[in-house]
Amino acid sequence: MTNDVKGKQNWISRASPVLVVTAVIIAIWYAATVFLNAPFQKDIYKRGNNTTWTTSQLIKDTMSQKRPVLPSPHQVINEIYKTTVLKKITSKRSLIYHSWVTLSTTLVGFLIGSVLGILLAVGIVHSRTLDKSLMPWVISSQTIPILAVAPMIIVVLNAIGVQGLLPKAFISTYLSFFPITVGMVKGLRSPDVLYLDLMRTYSANKWQTFWKLRWPSALPYLFASMKIAISIAMVGAIVGELPTGAVAGLGARLLAGSYYGQTVQIWSALVMAAFLAGTLVALVGVANTYVDKRMGVKAQ
Amino acid sequence: MTTSASTSRRLFIASAISVLTLISAFVLIQKALAFEQPPSLMFWVGVIAVWLAAWFGVDMFAKLKIKNQMLDRAVSLLIPVLFGVWLLILWQLITTGFKVPTVLLPPPSAIGARFAASIPTLWADFQQTFLKAVLIGYVLGCGSAFIVAIAIDRSPFLQKGLMPIGNLMSALPIVGVAPIMVMWFGFDWPSKAAVVIIMTFFPMLVNTIAGLNDNTEIQRDLMKTYAAGYWQTLFKMRLPLAMPFIFNALKINSTLALIGAIVAEFFGTPIVGMGFRISTEVGRMNVDMVWAEIAVAALAGSAFYGAIALLEKISTFWHPSMRQNKRA
Repeated sequence: MTNDVKGKQNWISRASPVLVVTAVIIAIWYAATVFLNAPFQKDIYKRGNNTTWTTSQLIKDTMSQKRPVLPSPHQVINEIYKTTVLKKITSKRSLIYHSWVTLSTTLVGFLIGSVLGILLAVGIVHSRTLDKSLMPWVISSQTIPILAVAPMIIVVLNAIGVQGLLPKAFISTYLSFFPITVGMVKGLRSPDVLYLDLMRTYSANKWQTFWKLRWPSALPYLFASMKIAISIAMVGAIVGELPTGAVAGLGARLLAGSYYGQTVQIWSALVMAAFLAGTLVALVGVANTYVDKRMGVKAQ
Repeated sequence: MTTSASTSRRLFIASAISVLTLISAFVLIQKALAFEQPPSLMFWVGVIAVWLAAWFGVDMFAKLKIKNQMLDRAVSLLIPVLFGVWLLILWQLITTGFKVPTVLLPPPSAIGARFAASIPTLWADFQQTFLKAVLIGYVLGCGSAFIVAIAIDRSPFLQKGLMPIGNLMSALPIVGVAPIMVMWFGFDWPSKAAVVIIMTFFPMLVNTIAGLNDNTEIQRDLMKTYAAGYWQTLFKMRLPLAMPFIFNALKINSTLALIGAIVAEFFGTPIVGMGFRISTEVGRMNVDMVWAEIAVAALAGSAFYGAIALLEKISTFWHPSMRQNKRA
C-alpha cells in the first residue's frame, strides 16, 4: 500500500516538471506566433485602410492567417485533424497516407540495418582480422555525411530501374547499421572473462558460447542501439524522399510545403514525424521490457 | 630489440606480400584501363588470386603480436589503410573491367581526375557550407547549449523538466525544420547555420547536464571540506568531470552539423555550397563531380571529427577511458 502511494508520488514528481516546461514552451510558441505574424497582419490592415484595429483583434488575426510565418499550435493541430480524420486514407492529401509511406521505408531500412549491423558485429567479435581492418572503417563511415549522398543514390538507382521503397530504405539502412554494430560489438564483448572461462570448463564450443552467453548479455546493448537506430532510420527515410520530386511521404510534404509557402503543412508534417519517431522509440522500449521480463531480468 | 625473431620474420613476409599484391594490383589496373573488350575470365581469376593474397597478408598483420609499442601502433594503423586501399582497387577494377557506365558508378581514377580539375569550385563550396554554415552554427549551437546547461544547473526542477524533452528532441528528425529556417532566414548561409544550431543544441544540452551530475558523494564532500564555493566547485571539479560527456556530444554534433547544413541546402541556396552542387550535378548526371563533392564532405567530416577527438585526448588525458591499455 505504502509502496503504491510512493510510486504515485514518484510519478507525479517526475512528470510535473516536464508538464510545466511543456506548458511554458507552448506559451512561448503562442507569443512568438503573435510577434512574428504581427507585421504582416498590420500590413494587411494598412492596405485595407483598416485603422481601427484593436490589439485583441490583431492577436486573433495573427493566429488565423493562411500562410503565417509561424502557425499557432492549434492551427497545426487543426490541420493534422483535417488531413488525418477528415480525409480518406487513400487520398494523396491524407497525412496518414504520407506517414505510412515514410513509416514503411523506415521499418524496412531499420530491419535490414539491424540484421546487417548484428552480422557485422558477430564477424568483428569473432575475427581479429575483421576487427582490425573493418572496425575503423565502420566508425569513419559515419563521419561521411551519407545524407548528402542520398539524392545521388536515389537518382542513380532510379536510372537503372530500381524504384520505390528500396533506394530510400537503403539510406535508412546505412544510417541505422552503425549504432547497432558499435553497440553489439560492445555487447558481445561484455561477458566477463570469468564467464567465458566457465564456458570453457563446460567445453562449450563457439556456437554454444555465442547463444548461451554472448547473445543474452548483448541484448541490453542491442535495445539501446536500436532506439538510436530507429530514430535515425526515420531521418534517412525523410531525407530520402526529398530528391524524388516530392512524390509521397513526410519528406515530400516538407518539400512541397516549402515550394508553395504552405507553412501549416510543413509544421503538420513535422509534428507527425516527431510523433512517429517518438512512437517507434517507445515501441522499442516496450519490446525491451517484454524481453527483459521473459529473460527474468528484475525490474528496477 | 624486444620483437622476437619469428615475429620479425613474419612481419617481413606480411609486408612483402602486401607490397607485391599492391604492385600486381597496379598492373591489373593498367591492363583494365587498356581493355577494349570486357576482359577474359583469366583476368578475373588473377584479380581474385591477388585479392586473396592481399587478404592473407592483412590477416598475417592482424595476428602479429608485437611488443614494440611504436611498431604495434604503426601496424594497427596500416591494417585499416590496406583494407581501404583494397576497397578502392576492387572498385576501380570492377568499374573499368565490367565497363560499368560512369553515370552509375565512376571509377576512383575518374573521380580523382575530376577532383583535381575542379578544386576552385570545390573550395568555394567548402567555404560556403563548411566554413560559414557548419562552423558558425556548430559553435553557436554547442555554446548556447552549454551556457543553458550551466544556467539551469542550480534548478533541479528545470533540469528534470528539460532532460526528458531534450532526450526526446534528440530522437526527433530535426532536419525537418530546414524548410522553415530557409523561409525565415533566407537562402544564404544563416538559414543553414540556424538548422545546425537547432540540431546540435539538444545533444549538447542533455550531455552537459548529465556530465555535470556525474560526480560522487565523496568528491562533493571533498570540495566541501575545502570550503569551495559554487563556482569553484563548478570549475575545479564538476566541469572537468563533465568533460568526457561534453566531448561525446561535440563528437556526435560534428557529424550532425555537416548533415544539417548539406540537407538544408536542398531546400534552397544561392548558387554555391556542397548540398547545392550535389543536387544540381546529380540532375545533370555529372556523377563524377558528385563523387568529388562527396569526397570533400567525407574529408571535411573526418577531419572535423578527428580534430575533436584529438582535442579530447589532449584535454582529458587523465580519464580512465583514455589511458593506454598496457596489458596487451
